[in-house]
Amino acid sequence: MNYNELNEIHIDVLKEIGNIGAGNAATSLSQMLSKRIDMNVPEVSILKYDDAIESIGGAENVVVGILVSFNGDIDGVILFLLKKEFVHLILNSLIGTELCNFEEISEMELSALSEIGNIMVSSYVNSIASLTSMTIDITVPSLNIDMAGALLDAVAAEFAEAADRVIFIKEKYFYEEETVYSNMLLLPSMSSLNKLLKGFGIEI
Amino acid sequence: MSDVINVGISDMKIASSPKGLISYALGSCVGICIIDKAKRVAGMAHVMLPINRNADDKETTFKYADTGIAEMVKQMESMGCMRSRMIAKIAGGARMFEIKGNSTIGNIGERNVIATKEVLKNLNIKLLAQDVGENYGRTIIFDSDTGNLTIKSFAKNIKII
Repeated sequence: MNYNELNEIHIDVLKEIGNIGAGNAATSLSQMLSKRIDMNVPEVSILKYDDAIESIGGAENVVVGILVSFNGDIDGVILFLLKKEFVHLILNSLIGTELCNFEEISEMELSALSEIGNIMVSSYVNSIASLTSMTIDITVPSLNIDMAGALLDAVAAEFAEAADRVIFIKEKYFYEEETVYSNMLLLPSMSSLNKLLKGFGIEI
Repeated sequence: MSDVINVGISDMKIASSPKGLISYALGSCVGICIIDKAKRVAGMAHVMLPINRNADDKETTFKYADTGIAEMVKQMESMGCMRSRMIAKIAGGARMFEIKGNSTIGNIGERNVIATKEVLKNLNIKLLAQDVGENYGRTIIFDSDTGNLTIKSFAKNIKII
């Protein structure tokens, strides 16, 4: 079983995982920002690296990448890729700053982003863990702002010998008049993907 | 350079003057550029991993530093380039993320650079310049006339090596 062999049923389960995780993440986000944030059912797709890069605006598009590795009953990494609009919304609500461009981001803004990433990933992972009765620990997030292609190839390389695809979860959030997106790449190891699907009652 | 040929991830292209070569947003990947200035023929490989454990699989030749560089040199030689005139420049191999307590994630860039240098040495190709490591991505453009390698990064000045 690998990413290339996932069928409709598996993808439905992954969508459900994405949905539950994103729901929790949106709740945490709205608590932190003390603002009402609504969201749609996330789009979950299994994409080749090239297509994943295209869907976040191309290889040279500068984004915030937050990488968290998880281990325990399952292991792998989660990469959050946040575009400028989303980052602006967070920083503006949380610490009241206006983000003009990524070149001028401050230490305080970076640490706020890192914290948001941590909380969102934790809510994601915790919802998966409690649904499947698994124990999953996560590491402190690592953050970098750079070209999307560079952030993604570094993560992909670690898993490149297993597959050339990623589980791509795109979420749409509504906040007041604005609509922003977050992109999450879930890369469980192959054995973990099987365990994860089994945890949701899918026989492989 | 009149125009540039795009070299995708896990791919390789050879260009003759006046065409150049470009690879976008290398993170931990390494871009290996080799030129025979007398012939004005240049090659660029964009590799993702160090060592190919399944060298028979032709689909993945350029995914790996060892098989990728060897094949590029072979193809350049078949176009009349001479090994003794070839020089190399490399860029990439960054550590984009640092995960505390997990040293295996993040060092793939360094392993790619080590493997690349080893392969060049074994092929007797002189490594003339490099811009590797650190924690940022690089877009690289190789000029088949001059052998100049231009490196563009986010929030940094353009570098030419």
